[in-house]
Amino acid sequence: MFDINKVRSDFPILGTAVYGKPLVYVDNAASTQKPQQVIDSITDLYSNHYANIHRGVHHLSQKSTALYEGARETVKNFINASKVEEIVFVRGTTEGVNLVASSYLEPLLEPGDEILISEMEHHSNIIPWQLTAERTGALLKIIPLLENGELDLSALPDLLSPKVKLVAVTHMSNSLGTINDVSLIIGQAHGLGIPVLIDGAQSIAHMPIDVQKLDCDFFVFSGHKIYGPTGIGALYAKENHLLNMKPYQGGGDMILNVSFEKTEFNDIPYKFEAGTPNIEGTIGMAAALDYVSELGIEAIDKYEQELLAYASKRFSEIEGLQIIGTAPNKGCIISFVLEGIHPHDVGTIMDMEGVAVRTGHHCTQPVMDYYNISATTRVSLSFYNTINEIDEITRAIAKVKELMG
Amino acid sequence: MSELRELYQEVILDHNKNPRNFKKLELHSHHANGHNPLCGDKLELFLDVVEGIIKDISFVGSGCAISTSSASLMTQFLKGKSIVETRHYFEDFHDLVTGKELDEEALEGLGKLAVFAGVQEFPARVKCASLSWHTLINALDSVDEPAATE
Ligand SMILES: Cc1ncc(COP(=O)(O)O)c(C=O)c1O
Repeated sequence: MFDINKVRSDFPILGTAVYGKPLVYVDNAASTQKPQQVIDSITDLYSNHYANIHRGVHHLSQKSTALYEGARETVKNFINASKVEEIVFVRGTTEGVNLVASSYLEPLLEPGDEILISEMEHHSNIIPWQLTAERTGALLKIIPLLENGELDLSALPDLLSPKVKLVAVTHMSNSLGTINDVSLIIGQAHGLGIPVLIDGAQSIAHMPIDVQKLDCDFFVFSGHKIYGPTGIGALYAKENHLLNMKPYQGGGDMILNVSFEKTEFNDIPYKFEAGTPNIEGTIGMAAALDYVSELGIEAIDKYEQELLAYASKRFSEIEGLQIIGTAPNKGCIISFVLEGIHPHDVGTIMDMEGVAVRTGHHCTQPVMDYYNISATTRVSLSFYNTINEIDEITRAIAKVKELMG
Repeated sequence: MSELRELYQEVILDHNKNPRNFKKLELHSHHANGHNPLCGDKLELFLDVVEGIIKDISFVGSGCAISTSSASLMTQFLKGKSIVETRHYFEDFHDLVTGKELDEEALEGLGKLAVFAGVQEFPARVKCASLSWHTLINALDSVDEPAATE
């Protein structure tokens, strides 16, 4: 186990107060707070090493380039990709999905082809496919949900067919917490030669990721959900896919040679990184991955599972509270509804107690429709949360009931 | 806690639990749907306007305590008022919940609706309080699309 007090002291914002109450930050599934190490890495870049990358012969440009490309190596190691060329920097999960939809999938699709996603996807892993389907005449197919928040994988063999050109599913649900058996999905899809994209936006911060072992074709995540900056993320794609994909955007850095007649595109991954990239974001994200690696993702996972078990127990003791999403294999996210009290009121009252929770549909409206609710209150934990904070949250929920009762 | 009591006053809690005029009006001259995509609040508003006067007004829907009670109190308040007055009240109510300076007379004019003054301390909740009013204006303007707040 790591030293929780030391860990908390790495995050300056955790020491602040809200309305005179100590901050209890449990909106980590939306975005995580940043450790001093990440903040310092950006300050250090701008204070000592900054210039544009890949273009200059001068000293600073070379330093900046080395840091930027070093970050690619860090990402590669973090998810155990086999080559740095398989790591493309993007703005985040959303852009990664859009890139695969337009550069990989769209050119392959014929009318009547199918894209298979699941009922628990974040809107970011629905809309890009919907747009692609609209443009090509392809159809969107859905792996259905079960009452406990798991996917009904018994439906998979029937849904998979040669018409399916891609499967895109989330590794861990941001509204239910469910961890999906993506190995099984990948295995079955590959049986028919169908590639699979894994949305790792939630899983990246909570469990070890090994893209070679998973054997997924694409894996996307966002830096800001793993203690790094916003506006940066990464797309992992198997080399042979990247080699065959068309460019995403045109611009500087993604070309080798330009004339008005013909342009020769740069090698992978640069072919997919047009324009001056988010240099500070990339370096900050690498600092965040280093920070997480130092704590140890296995140790993090173990501690967070303890928090989850304790919180699930405390919350389910509250009368009138129903947890939405009770899959046996869950990450540290608890969505709930309180009988007769709207989540929006719950959120406001908990906020006044210093507790930052998310209320709403969490960009997963199909999940809300499935449970026939409009919104939930979501507590999403991180390794910097404590048992004591869960007691505070439980007290805040009691206060909600007292006030609204 | 005092700001919370200010927000969730007894009147508001009461109208949330037992919303008044909570039904569809079979006979109506105006009608609109309101939706706050942020929190999923939905309401449907019905008006029976005769010669510029709101003879009857009702709503159905689901939402948080602020939006439900606001709709309920609004319907009570507006029954018998003229359309011209109603548009003024909309402005005054909007000023009230967004914390703009309101003169004595305007505040008095809003009567019971003054309980929503507490909302100004909670910027994230202004849309909840004003959803029914935006829907009302849409109904009067007979816009068929659902009203979006702001
Ligand atoms: C499961 C899942 N997928 C995708 C996203 C989108 O991530 P971003 O907004 O960082 O692109 C999120 C973030 O909310 C998420 O939780």
